[in-house]
Amino acid sequence: MAYKLTVNGEPHTVDVPEGTPLLWVIRDVIGLHGTKYGCGMALCGCCTVHINGEATRSCTTAIQNAAGKHVTTLEGLSADGTHPVQLAWEEIDVPQCGYCQAGQIMSASALLAKNPHPTDADIDAAMDGNICRCGTYLRIRKAIHRASEIAAKQSAKAPAAAAHS
Amino acid sequence: MEKTMVSRRSFLRASVIAGGGMMLAYYIEPLEKALAAPALPQFGPPVTLLPASFITIAPDGAITIMAKNPEIGQGVKVMLPMLIAEELDADWNAVEIEQADLIPEKYGSQIAGGSTATPTNWVPMRQLGAQCRAMLIAAAAENWGVPASECTTSPSHVHHEGSKRTASYGELSAKAASMPVPDPKTLKMKDPKDYRIIGHTQANPDIKKIVSGKPLFGIDHTMPGMLYANFEKCPVFGGKVSSANLDEIKTQPGIRYAFVVEPGPDPSALAGGVAIVADYWYQARHARDNVLKVVWDEGPTAKQGTDTYNATAEDLAKKDPGQTLRKDGDAEAVFAGLGVKVVEASYSYPFLSHVPLEPMNCSASFKDGKLELWAPSQIPSGGVAQAAAALGISQKDITLHLTRIGGGFGRRLTNDYVVEAAYIAKQVGVPIKLLWTREQDMGHDFYRPAGYHNLKGAVDASGKIVAWRNHFVTFGENGRFAQSAGLSGEEFPSRFVPNFSQLASMMPSGVPMGAMRAPGSNAIAFVMQSFIDELAHAAGRDPLQFRLDLLAQTPLPPAAPPPGTPVAFAPVAFDGPRMAKVLTTVGERSGWGKTKLPANTAMGVAFHFSHRGYFAEVAEVHVSKDNAIRVNKAWVVGDIGSVGAINPGAAQNISQGAVIEGMSHTMGYEITIDKGRAVQSNFHQYPPLRLTEAPKEIDIFFVKSDNPPTGLGEPALPPMIPAITNAIFTASGKRIRSLPIEPQGYSWA
Repeated sequence: MAYKLTVNGEPHTVDVPEGTPLLWVIRDVIGLHGTKYGCGMALCGCCTVHINGEATRSCTTAIQNAAGKHVTTLEGLSADGTHPVQLAWEEIDVPQCGYCQAGQIMSASALLAKNPHPTDADIDAAMDGNICRCGTYLRIRKAIHRASEIAAKQSAKAPAAAAHS
Repeated sequence: MEKTMVSRRSFLRASVIAGGGMMLAYYIEPLEKALAAPALPQFGPPVTLLPASFITIAPDGAITIMAKNPEIGQGVKVMLPMLIAEELDADWNAVEIEQADLIPEKYGSQIAGGSTATPTNWVPMRQLGAQCRAMLIAAAAENWGVPASECTTSPSHVHHEGSKRTASYGELSAKAASMPVPDPKTLKMKDPKDYRIIGHTQANPDIKKIVSGKPLFGIDHTMPGMLYANFEKCPVFGGKVSSANLDEIKTQPGIRYAFVVEPGPDPSALAGGVAIVADYWYQARHARDNVLKVVWDEGPTAKQGTDTYNATAEDLAKKDPGQTLRKDGDAEAVFAGLGVKVVEASYSYPFLSHVPLEPMNCSASFKDGKLELWAPSQIPSGGVAQAAAALGISQKDITLHLTRIGGGFGRRLTNDYVVEAAYIAKQVGVPIKLLWTREQDMGHDFYRPAGYHNLKGAVDASGKIVAWRNHFVTFGENGRFAQSAGLSGEEFPSRFVPNFSQLASMMPSGVPMGAMRAPGSNAIAFVMQSFIDELAHAAGRDPLQFRLDLLAQTPLPPAAPPPGTPVAFAPVAFDGPRMAKVLTTVGERSGWGKTKLPANTAMGVAFHFSHRGYFAEVAEVHVSKDNAIRVNKAWVVGDIGSVGAINPGAAQNISQGAVIEGMSHTMGYEITIDKGRAVQSNFHQYPPLRLTEAPKEIDIFFVKSDNPPTGLGEPALPPMIPAITNAIFTASGKRIRSLPIEPQGYSWA
């Protein structure tokens, strides 16, 4: 069956059976590999994407529930890796193996979009669904605070652009 | 080859070429064997490493350094090139790092295991850099007609002070390539105080790709015309297919092939199962989950389970031990004598699954008798050897590309998924990517073995341990321990207690077992350091001072290795003063005994020596009335040699990760076996620690000692588990004697 959806601003029509998880449409049909498979049961958060701005586990989102919606994957977070969360992750050098970080970054960026200055408790609540098997949690907390600062500086410099995003 | 930053092919290949020769006789295999688990695959003959294999300098000064080992998150992809670049005196900003393919005859050993990368490469990698630097100097000296001995270098430049001349490495590289490769023994290495790269934090070379979602991991590999495969194995270990509804599977959408795979001669490399190959992976998975019906020939392991192992272990504990691993003095006489306080306790721990977040996968293409693999493997040479055997082809006909790996933890020391991908690709004649489900990953691991320790100890009136007996019940047959299920007679407090018996009994098991991060140590530290704590409390002594006093004993000599053992095979004897130093330091940093803690809050301490590293750790833990636990803060102090940490930022990250992993072991990790199969299937039943549960602070510190640098992937993990459980005892009075603690009513706060 054909479904229409927008991924990272680009319209796509995909012909897959009803019930196919969005994760596998993104990875194998559309061919974007930033979004990762870890558990298939929305337990680990590796597959987190934004659907209409909401952090969502794509491994348990059936394609029909993403149809007609705007999906953002890590590849679409910024054109050049300069989203404040990406910059902060790079500055703090968060990853060890790096496999879970796509999901971590997507959860963190969804948090900051709604709550530009999160407390540690806000971070804990927003990030608890994302497992890091290597245990980079202390750096993740630090990097989210840092991303908040970077975003504040960016919007101070370019208020119009910030309002647009 | 996977590339970092600029394409290597965009450079003129003005590489520094060595003319073959006798330099760098590179003999690391015995050490690797000594450090790795006994049944790991053998490595090739000694290799002469050449600078040209690792270093390319372009005319514009760009330096490409090959990273030879698999990157599993331990930071080796930057660490080994740092060693080369330091002695090369390279401008680090001009260095790009490129992942090497598996070519052992060019790169030597290429493994991620046993925390071996640092101790086995510390000298050879720096020698390669020093050789290359000497060749650049020789080129400059010849150009200028001055003695090489008068030339110096600064980052990526050669200078001659007397004639005030300077040339860049880029200008010199073509000529340097024709210079003879010097004998490294003739070269002077840098004084460590002059290090600009080693000992300074260098970033993860893949960071930009990771944060922007570029394809990088094994699971991300694609090929034109590639199909996707899944492989369903018998849920009971060692079983095989009797029959399967293959015809029905083949009618499902997108399914191209479905066939039965018979177990290979080595079922740990190729097990029996059903392969399903489809246009897209989810089609294969959907058919496997919803349509596949298999009648399995389950085999004898179907009669085994955790319950039967527990019962057998209890029986064996009452009987005479099967083996004496070490005996000093007469512990039994001390226990029976007067004037001592005797403590008895039994400890146990479960099977564990590794659960790296990237599930097992491998891409394979078989064409014209040649196999090409893209393998996230910790021992890729083992995958090549096993794939060659399973396919009946020569290892020479296999090319293996190393990918970045989404977590190893020892799981990828076994290459079953590599062999399966190779086998399926050959059968279908089309490039395939094999991917397991999480459930298959948890259900078909080579598990950290469960174990049982029956301990008896005695302290005298002065509060000293005078006798210790451990009857260890484990898995094995015919006097041989199962993989990773052994115990050394030398394990601490061996040699530091005058009357000491380390004993073992074994029971057979069909469960596949294997090394998991800090194998052996990850369980043994919990047992030994908990029981030492029990004895400290029995003696009414401070647990940290009690340990320092124990370490201050004059140790008995280590057992002589069997005759004919090469020097590198000989076990490394536990060094009391090195451990006392890290223990004292962690006491100071944590404010042990000096910090006033709130109610129901306490510190616990533990230490462990493994993989040549000395680690002492403290956890500050709060235990609520309903047994909800919070680790407020943890302290880790390590001695991994003279440099401290080669890459301090990465060392801090991986050591904090070791604490987090220790917490996962403590609370919730447990694989139980029922009817010969793993009960747990996904993270809801096998919970890695989450961010909410992580301490707010983890303090990491490395003391420097007069020893060559050693590895860090593993030794920081083991002490954290007993540091936490010892803190629980002090905070609540409840002694933890089995892992994990969640089934005993504990939870994270």
